[in-house]
Amino acid sequence: MTSTFLSGRTAVVGIGATEFSKNSGRSELQLAVEAVSAALADAGLSPADVDGMTTFTMETNPENMVARSLGIPELKFFSRIPYGGGGACAPVQQAAMAVASGIADVVVTYRAFNERSGVRFGQGPPPAKTQATSDNEYRSWVNPYGLLTPAQHTAMFARRYMHTYGATSEDYGRVAVLARKHAANNPRAWFYGKPLTLEEHQASRWIAEPLHLFDCCQETDGGQAMVVVSAERAKDLPVTPVYIRGAAQGLGPDQYQMVSYYREDLTRIPEVELCARQLWAQSGLGPADMDAAILYDHFTPYVLNQLEEYGFCGRGEAKDFIADGNLEVTGSLPTNTHGGQIGEAYLHGTNGVAEGVRLVRGTSTNQPDGVRNVLVTAGVGVPTSALILSAEG
Amino acid sequence: MSTTTQAPASEATDQDAFLARLREFVGLEATPTRYAQDAVNQAMIRHFVEAMGDENPVYVDDRAARDTGREGVVAPPPMLSTWLMVGYKAHTAAAAGAAPDTPMARLLALLADAGFVGVVATNDEHEYVRELRLGDEIKMTTVIEDVSPRKTTGLGTGHFITTLRTYTDQNDEVVARQRFRILRFDPSGAKPAAPAAADPALRHKPFILRDNAFWFAAAAQRRLVIQACTDCGTLRHPPGPICPSCHSYAWHEVEASGRGTVHSYVVSHHPKAPGYDYPLTVVLVDLEEGTRLVADFAGDAGEVEIGMPVQVDWLDYDENLTLPRFRAATSASEPTEEEGN
Ligand SMILES: [Zn+2]
Repeated sequence: MTSTFLSGRTAVVGIGATEFSKNSGRSELQLAVEAVSAALADAGLSPADVDGMTTFTMETNPENMVARSLGIPELKFFSRIPYGGGGACAPVQQAAMAVASGIADVVVTYRAFNERSGVRFGQGPPPAKTQATSDNEYRSWVNPYGLLTPAQHTAMFARRYMHTYGATSEDYGRVAVLARKHAANNPRAWFYGKPLTLEEHQASRWIAEPLHLFDCCQETDGGQAMVVVSAERAKDLPVTPVYIRGAAQGLGPDQYQMVSYYREDLTRIPEVELCARQLWAQSGLGPADMDAAILYDHFTPYVLNQLEEYGFCGRGEAKDFIADGNLEVTGSLPTNTHGGQIGEAYLHGTNGVAEGVRLVRGTSTNQPDGVRNVLVTAGVGVPTSALILSAEG
Repeated sequence: MSTTTQAPASEATDQDAFLARLREFVGLEATPTRYAQDAVNQAMIRHFVEAMGDENPVYVDDRAARDTGREGVVAPPPMLSTWLMVGYKAHTAAAAGAAPDTPMARLLALLADAGFVGVVATNDEHEYVRELRLGDEIKMTTVIEDVSPRKTTGLGTGHFITTLRTYTDQNDEVVARQRFRILRFDPSGAKPAAPAAADPALRHKPFILRDNAFWFAAAAQRRLVIQACTDCGTLRHPPGPICPSCHSYAWHEVEASGRGTVHSYVVSHHPKAPGYDYPLTVVLVDLEEGTRLVADFAGDAGEVEIGMPVQVDWLDYDENLTLPRFRAATSASEPTEEEGN
């Protein structure tokens, strides 16, 4: 049974980011503190107000380094979420739970890296990096055969989905074209002013068939942070509170990291469905109540799966749902209005959480009308997480 | 001889005849015996070790050498060829075209006339029988040991020539041997479109842990096995310490037939990792027994499709590691039931 306790008790009151680039020219720690500082300034708070921090286990900037750099004197709460981009929304959930339970008052969540100019996830695991533990054991069944990168891992699911539902590379391409259309109108986006045509998508080189280059998100240098406080405290701050109506994590049956190949039906993503079930139960809302969505788009095919798992359309119908224009700014479910990780930046989904906040505030550069509730999701293929951000507490 | 053209590779008899002519040189002294101009001496050793930054005292200090059980100062082994160097004057004379008529020169001319004008050294193996002492007088004989049949390499087709240099002392005792191999190749025949297959030894290795070691041990014997719960019989892959169905820790392995159908596949192009040939086709196979397995597809990317029957095959990664791959099932094997799920 899912409790409604958390719903609406906390709010995101600040968002802040660095520029998104391919070579930041500064340390990952500096990116982190710049993002945190910007988010605090946005909220009208100062470093001294912060008493909690959440981030990713993959984050290279630990809480103590960010805190001491900013002169934050005390932290009462800090926690980290594993599984890379699957944790995009979970640190916000951690923050919400800490604040709602009274453990902390002002929790900052952050993610910063030089993922393009430093260690690139898309290159596969460095041979010496990993150890013989059960954490890495899944690699034993894919790496020796050359499935090394997230794109390669994802291609296996994408091929099966195409086979099952008759989807095509062009159906995946439409996700990229839409993202780039939105990015082209977003000055923060790497692909600002650079839309993509479906023909260009189709002509782009293969990465791992059926994935073309433009089915894959970017690799980015940058930092993003958010500030979470209680709904009560939010009322005293000089910003429009964006309430956390739902916050969920999900880990499904026979779950692996990126390669849950041993499940009966590879067109289903049960951990995403688990998040959906919790969000609807916590918030009392449903898919029809979502006015916009930020769907994690590390690879285009997973956007189709998410539309189906969240119930925006039926099984196998996502390709038609997209082709019919539902994800456009003027459509029934404006999606990835910032340009997604394909068009704006790859910040492990944290930039998507920030866009969700802007959509509720009404400040997206691709702002649809009348946005009250926004679904934000996290990395697919790994244990994952999701949020409903809302204008109402 | 600029009009000479290389015989097509299909003309095997011409190739055999050519190889026979090349092999007439096998066993001949490639070049006349060469004698050291100076006996092994402290002055040259000192210059050598100073240049190399080698501070081992056994090369320069008689007492230190004796303390190690030697009879006195010895020469550094890498100096071996130094003692036999012909000197600057002879070297420049040879380069100016005054090369003597030797069996080696005639062999190389024969190869050059056939278009094998490229040269690359491929192997240089040394065997040291004893250390050289002050006063040793060294000589070197070079024998053409082998000429290989025509080989296709990444550089082009050509012949490997192996020479054996034997170094002897003033008593005709062997002090060292050096086996030197070069490839004489036709640079116009390079085939960049068909590079040598990637070396599977360079591939990523599996993490072998207590819970999965049995599977890799079986694979090393080219046996495809599946972990089975001893209490409820449920098969599971990848393996684990406990049955997720009945929570029994008891398990045994069962032999898989090696037959299955392709559930999905990936054709990978980028990035390229060492040890794999691209485009790289990897299949996810529904084994007949009901579990699923990822492995290489041994065939062209265009050949694979979901639902096709496949059969296990094996690839040796190195002397300790053998892993499965799948190829299209031959017509002789029973067709498997149509894909499940
Ligand atoms: Zn059992």
